[in-house]
Amino acid sequence: MRSFTYERVTDPDAACVAMAAHPDSKFISGGTNLIDLMRLEIERPPHLIDVSRLPLTAIEEFPDGHLRIGASARNADVAAHPVVRSRYPVLAEALLAGASGQIRNKASVGGNLLQRTRCHYFYDTAANCNKRQPGAGCAALHGAHRNHAILGASEACIATHPSDMAVALAALGATVTVLGPRGTTRELSIGEFYRPPGTTPHIETNLATGELITAVTVPPPPPGGQRYRKVRDRASYEFALVSVAVVLATTDGTITESRVAFGGVASMPWRSTEAEAALSGQPANWQTYQAAADRAIEGSQAQEENGFKIELARNTLRRTLAEVAATIERRAR
Amino acid sequence: MTLTVNGQRHHLTFDPRTSLLDLLREHMQLTGTKKGCDHGQCGACTILLNGRRITSCLTLAVMHDGDDIVTIEGLGSPDALHPLQAAFIDHDAFQCGYCTPGQICSAVGMLAEASAGWPSHATADVSVEHVELTPPEIRERMSGNICRCAAYPNIVAAIQEVHKETAQ
Repeated sequence: MRSFTYERVTDPDAACVAMAAHPDSKFISGGTNLIDLMRLEIERPPHLIDVSRLPLTAIEEFPDGHLRIGASARNADVAAHPVVRSRYPVLAEALLAGASGQIRNKASVGGNLLQRTRCHYFYDTAANCNKRQPGAGCAALHGAHRNHAILGASEACIATHPSDMAVALAALGATVTVLGPRGTTRELSIGEFYRPPGTTPHIETNLATGELITAVTVPPPPPGGQRYRKVRDRASYEFALVSVAVVLATTDGTITESRVAFGGVASMPWRSTEAEAALSGQPANWQTYQAAADRAIEGSQAQEENGFKIELARNTLRRTLAEVAATIERRAR
Repeated sequence: MTLTVNGQRHHLTFDPRTSLLDLLREHMQLTGTKKGCDHGQCGACTILLNGRRITSCLTLAVMHDGDDIVTIEGLGSPDALHPLQAAFIDHDAFQCGYCTPGQICSAVGMLAEASAGWPSHATADVSVEHVELTPPEIRERMSGNICRCAAYPNIVAAIQEVHKETAQ
């Protein structure tokens, strides 16, 4: 690990001021991804600003039904929170499908959003990687890319985004609150927060220099059911090959509201408005789920080894939609 | 900085790059906590930080000023074993023993999480208040601890026994 200087900040504004004073710094909270990357010298910050003790751990329900989750809240605390479990089960399920008990006890919500890809060429400093070294090329394109993206990738980068939590947040229509160096805040949807790789895969978000994530806000959940389903090579403690977050509401067998997002298949958490459009107003049956799954993977582009993800994504969505619809029906009886 | 380890306060000075794991092992000679992968993947370095289980390789010691750490050395002694230590012996829950301190610290944290009602990926309905700690639940909750000797059935049996005793 390269040497660095360290400071701990106690309020969010001080964190932004510290970052303005040392623009090459990194904020550190849980550290479960950053420390690993620093040890491998993929990240080499000369200065660390410790934001782990900022008073941003609250999980609060507001009278209008919104839920605000502080950026420093630990993943384990969010997953165990009674309101998250009862009103946003898709978020609890996504968090519990990610990492291990030990890591969830440490990892923060802000850090989860900002974790880097687990593409092995990104981690292998002897390999070419445009994300690690802009302009170096992408070893994954003609390498071992079974785990890589089929949606939203580019010639420069086919890495996937590793977060489960962010996929559930995309389906729930969450926004990310960001504090800037001049004390101003702004709200970004999950879709606005992340950037597609294009020709600059090393720039992963639309955060400006010195901005700090302070919270994630989830709107009131639509009625009906929710589910996060993750398909992976091991039963536990593994990243997704494909995952799906579904939020679905039906009235008398007709779909009245639907949200669909995928993980493990794209460069960012992948909300599929195409699938949602194919579901909206349609009868809750297998034919509709089939149509939605077909729309969801339209425009997908597979490499030599990851073509199986197209069918896997389609199957996972169909099955999850059917499962959520059946749960809603059972509850209505 | 100040750190409480196994009930004793220590004043320490070290390079900010030092992981909590290396601080425990190299600076404090508490070698019960093991270094396996040093990437948070194997769980051998699991300790209790303010009562909660974490992998000590994935955190910087400098971030823990004032914190309370318990390692395997602080759970029990050869004369007065922690119930989980005794259960691991009774159930032959190890072969080489390298992962065992991490397994036991992880199990202590996991049982506390379960008794607080936390759900897991193995829980069918995350909204239920009480989760029964079945073998599939134990396996899922312990998936951050790898045992290359594959003593898993006996590890699960040892944890289940202590859970049943404490639940009574």
